[in-house]
Amino acid sequence: MADLGELRELVPRVLSVLVGRGADFATAEDAVQEALIKALDWGDRPPADPTGWLITVAWRSFLDMARSEASRRDREVRFDTEPPVGAVPSADDTLRLYFLCAHPDLTPSSAVALTLRAVGGLTTRQISAAYLVPEATMAQRISRAKRTVASAGVDRPGDVSTVMRVLYLVFNEGYSGAIDLAAEAIRLARQLASVVDDPEAQGLLALMLLHQARRPSRIRADGSLVPLADQDRSLWDTALITEGVDVLQAALQRDQVGEYQVQAAIAALHADAPRVEETDWVQIVEWYDELLRLTDTPIVRLNRAVAVGEADGAPAGLAALATVPSDVPRRDAVAAHLHERNGELELAARLYADAARNAPSVAEREHQTRQAARVGQLLRQEG
Amino acid sequence: MAKYLLLKHYRGTTPTPNQFPSMDQWTPEEVEAHFQFMRDYAARLEASGEMVGGDALSSDGAWVQYGGEGKPPVVDGPFAETKDLIAGWFIIDVDSYDRAVELAGELSAAPGPGGEPIYEWLELRPFMSAPPAVTE
Repeated sequence: MADLGELRELVPRVLSVLVGRGADFATAEDAVQEALIKALDWGDRPPADPTGWLITVAWRSFLDMARSEASRRDREVRFDTEPPVGAVPSADDTLRLYFLCAHPDLTPSSAVALTLRAVGGLTTRQISAAYLVPEATMAQRISRAKRTVASAGVDRPGDVSTVMRVLYLVFNEGYSGAIDLAAEAIRLARQLASVVDDPEAQGLLALMLLHQARRPSRIRADGSLVPLADQDRSLWDTALITEGVDVLQAALQRDQVGEYQVQAAIAALHADAPRVEETDWVQIVEWYDELLRLTDTPIVRLNRAVAVGEADGAPAGLAALATVPSDVPRRDAVAAHLHERNGELELAARLYADAARNAPSVAEREHQTRQAARVGQLLRQEG
Repeated sequence: MAKYLLLKHYRGTTPTPNQFPSMDQWTPEEVEAHFQFMRDYAARLEASGEMVGGDALSSDGAWVQYGGEGKPPVVDGPFAETKDLIAGWFIIDVDSYDRAVELAGELSAAPGPGGEPIYEWLELRPFMSAPPAVTE
């Protein structure tokens, strides 16, 4: 069995070569998938030059597809079987592929699916398993996405900010077990940061690394959530933290701050505290102020209110929370926490119950139900 | 084999033998025992090869209706009352109706305050199936 992980590293280069030889993107992408599947038959005897092998096999597949398409349209075959060897694919080719898959005409879910397949080299089955939809649904989504990209043309591809948004979406989806989307997003973000000259791409990579480092402590074996304050920090992955901090520092030195760098800075400050009591909340609030200047969203305000509550006390946190609209997800949970710390247990119990009712996930709902039950018990003990 | 939908509602339908306070009024131990029961129940169904799937629904939502030519859809919501709403479901694939009833009965015995079964009403609905190959 060939190592699919290593093979997938080669996908953007192989695809770029085919497109560079004049193949249309959609057919070339299908051909690369076929070549990948054939490569699974290598067993423990891979060819000496895996990239060359993949290019040859993918090109043959492409010719077959193009010929049958051409004869279907009653046209002449336009492609030579022995194409001139194109230039070695460069970082620009990979970057162009990223841009194409994050085309502004694509919906976010289509851009995500196309990126995972064409840049990530995942099969349609793997992507469908990761997003818990039937394979036929995902296949349809991907072929529609390719048609959209083909008809929109490549003149107006996405830019690095749309690519980063797509990778952030992949990362945030978490994982369903079959495919670790967070790890896949990190792999693609690492590749992106190496081919694009943009400190925000480094910021995004650092943000992902620093969050991934805490993952072993975030969820218990039974699926329940562990809040940051209660996490076992000895489970944090120090190698990922070190790498994340290094990448972030290199980015910040370039003095072009952006929202991913700021979010990574906040994550780095959490990662830097050996115990929750040692968290530098004052500096975290300063970064949230910066984030608010860059992107003033209700979610940022909500998270800032949490930090203000820790830095300046619950009343200050509640004052900051007052500017957050009441329909923002998780607002009840934050309000419950701040009111509990402010000694208003009855109000806190009610808000935890509201937070459980409005929770967007089962794990969150169970967590907030536990909180409500805990505060309810405190009230009964007092009364 | 036949597929059944096991439908959970937010409060169960009335009347139930004992009316319990909502979960946030339980003790932490009672809450934990209930969560553990639900996890064990799902694990048992998976182990026996009878689990097709299951999902939970958020209590958010609305009723929506076609609004007429050239008008946006009519939206009635969010819901004022959640007790009649669907909270979630299991889909099971079992040998018989009796087995489906047995499994629904087990789920209805999930523990509540004092470890007592909550006697939750569950809606059990057979799936329509494909026409059989042999019809006579």
